[in-house]
Amino acid sequence: MAYDDYIRKRFFPHIWCPGCGHGIVLNALTRSLDSLGFDKNEMVMVSGIGCSARISGYVDLHSMHTIHGRALAFATGIKLSRPELKLIVPMGDGDALAIGGNHFIHAARRNIDITAIVINNRIYGMTGGQYSPLSGVGVRATTAPYSNIDPAFDVVEMATAAGATFVARTTTYHVREMSKFFQKAILHKGFSVVEVLSQCPTNFGRRNKAGDAVHMMESYKNGTVVAGSADDVPGSGKIRRGVFVEKTAPEYCDEYARIIRVARKGA
Amino acid sequence: MARTRFIFSGAGGQGVITAAVILGEAAALHEGLNAVQAQSYGPEARGGASRAELIISDDVINFPRVNNANVLVCLTQEAYNRYYPHIRPGGLLVTDSKLVTPLSKVDARQVPLPLFKTAMETVGEPVTLNICMLGAVVAITGIVKNGSVEKVIETRIPGEFLEVNRKAFSLGYELGLPHAG
Amino acid sequence: MKNKTAFIQGNEVCARAAIYAGVGFFAGYPITPSTEIAEFMARELPKRQGTFIQMEDEISSLCAVIGASLTGCKAMTATSGPGFSLMQEALGYAVMAEIPCVIVDVQRGGPSTGLPTHVMQGDVCQARWGIHGDHAIVAMTASGNQELFKITVDAFNIAETYRTPVILLLDIPSEGEIEVVERLRTAVKQGVDFHPYLPREDGRLPMSDFGGVHRYNVTGLFHDMWGFPSDDPQVVHGLLRHLADKINNNVDNIARFKEYYLDDADLVLVSYGSSARSALHLVESRRRRGEKYGLLELQTLWPFPHSIVREKCANARYVAVVEMNLGQITKEVKEAVDRPERVYLLNRIDGVYITPTDIRNMLRVIQGRGV
Repeated sequence: MAYDDYIRKRFFPHIWCPGCGHGIVLNALTRSLDSLGFDKNEMVMVSGIGCSARISGYVDLHSMHTIHGRALAFATGIKLSRPELKLIVPMGDGDALAIGGNHFIHAARRNIDITAIVINNRIYGMTGGQYSPLSGVGVRATTAPYSNIDPAFDVVEMATAAGATFVARTTTYHVREMSKFFQKAILHKGFSVVEVLSQCPTNFGRRNKAGDAVHMMESYKNGTVVAGSADDVPGSGKIRRGVFVEKTAPEYCDEYARIIRVARKGA
Repeated sequence: MARTRFIFSGAGGQGVITAAVILGEAAALHEGLNAVQAQSYGPEARGGASRAELIISDDVINFPRVNNANVLVCLTQEAYNRYYPHIRPGGLLVTDSKLVTPLSKVDARQVPLPLFKTAMETVGEPVTLNICMLGAVVAITGIVKNGSVEKVIETRIPGEFLEVNRKAFSLGYELGLPHAG
Repeated sequence: MKNKTAFIQGNEVCARAAIYAGVGFFAGYPITPSTEIAEFMARELPKRQGTFIQMEDEISSLCAVIGASLTGCKAMTATSGPGFSLMQEALGYAVMAEIPCVIVDVQRGGPSTGLPTHVMQGDVCQARWGIHGDHAIVAMTASGNQELFKITVDAFNIAETYRTPVILLLDIPSEGEIEVVERLRTAVKQGVDFHPYLPREDGRLPMSDFGGVHRYNVTGLFHDMWGFPSDDPQVVHGLLRHLADKINNNVDNIARFKEYYLDDADLVLVSYGSSARSALHLVESRRRRGEKYGLLELQTLWPFPHSIVREKCANARYVAVVEMNLGQITKEVKEAVDRPERVYLLNRIDGVYITPTDIRNMLRVIQGRGV
């Protein structure tokens, strides 16, 4: 198969703005799926609401475009009733960590075998540029016209603290790395999180003098560092990329299967 | 038979609801009667007032609640003070002789029995107070056969507590018998 | 399950009936007075290879239920007023995406935290209009345990037949062979285009399980026959009509009710849920005195069976609706009958279960006989 076999061409063109990073994520994702070679009928993509959530409609998998923030909750129902299915949940930053923050930490806590992709463009793009919990202090947004005073979450630290057993971060500039991390995350048994820094030139870039899409991607190239590399020194001010957590822990569906065995022995 | 309406009252955790469920199940499953059990409780898991209602009848029961009871049991003074107005004139009012001081103005056949003392001292398990009470009520009213209740106790009470509860039931039954009829 | 007598609580009856109907997935969040249903499912579902999960809130509970239903299993949740409020968002999604599921709302007094351990019937209109946007919905109730068993199985059957969420409104203070309908699955073979949202001539939509051979999109946006988002006016109009018509054109098939002494009744009580038991008690005691009272007990509240109510009340001099709220069904009854000025509300709204004496006293006022 070729990677574009994973695309529903019927539904193109997509809705994203010129320069948006989400198409790059879709591209890396379909290439990852192609490399992994799973049967498309075994894969389910569930998303919430927002620009990034539209990814699920464009992939030729079982796909579910749900409600804002709740994608992981829907995915939990699917995974738990059909544990043999592979679940991928792309989410935006507001979707995953504002309205969906509670579902995010609880899915991580359960270590249920779902791959969460947090596509972080630090803004609510679809609604026109409001600040999100990942915007950070000093950012300008339509709801922060004098600059934002809300401190941001660090997705990697948050996912780690909540119990995710695979946690990684990359950017839309580092496409091969992204594809590699996606593959690792999907193969990982347990709750896996990949944060992808993705540019929103329309609603973040313009307002924050970050330049066009090319400039924003260059800032990912120059403003990030591979964790553990020679350049990764404290105080560098750079955002760290890499796999931060990769460990094994009891997976939720496996544990539930054990409960079924215990209950049936008693029955 | 006439329709008999029960209220078992006491403090939360005393097991009055369990006692009502057991009696209702004995009537419904082993004696072919109709039974409806309802309850009201506060937010507390333990303490607070607790009240279980039970109707037993050979006829269909539509309205499931008990406003005025033929048989009222009060296992605390608080429950007694609150519920004695709900006894039908001439009804049976069973109390614990240690935990409740009855009022003489109440128009009912009042039967104070040493239920708590029996559960505490003879059985040695204060938690069997509810089953001891149930034994007494079954003996006094003859509403169902004691064997029917014993069958339900066997299925409803976990194994390790079964023996003490059987004992409590039969001691309660003995306490009640002299007051039968 | 059949031909066996048991002495059990209403919540357990509902849970057992759900198992009988073939429920395979339960997700919920603890809340009085519905928690017994979750506890029963946690104990019984794994014995039957089914799945129970306690989610982080009621929002995620109904989301998980919808996800599970898409994989092909019958799924349900149970809650009470405050949790039912949180579920409205996902309930709307289930309506829009046409996902079968059953939501049990064991009513308490409200609004807000209200009266957690007392009985009221205040969520009737929330069941009808709690979610935003035009839609049709099915809501059912029962007054006694035997009927509750049957109605619970019916709720699952209607959910699968009409691809719709069904709300079971319970307010039972505590306490035959029934057909079980299976989901209609598509006969379209692998490799042939499957249109997940193209209704058949009878309005029904066969489903395909997630994980099966047909991959399609599900969304809460207005969508075309592929399940892909669309704002084409024709598509939007067609979908909204379909969502309403599939329920409203089947009112008589979905309606469940019981009638007592209606043939010659000149005073018809209309009631539902536990208040119908008090109403029936009163009707029977008045009949023994020769007074022509009758009772129409509604078990399907939504879609409201207007034509049935109209027919059953046609010869009555008075119609009195007995409910434990400010008249949520009374409005519908007034709309259904020829002479709305003869419809009266007999209610109690203080968290205390309405008694036959309460009803009798209120009837005396209506009949001009004094209290």
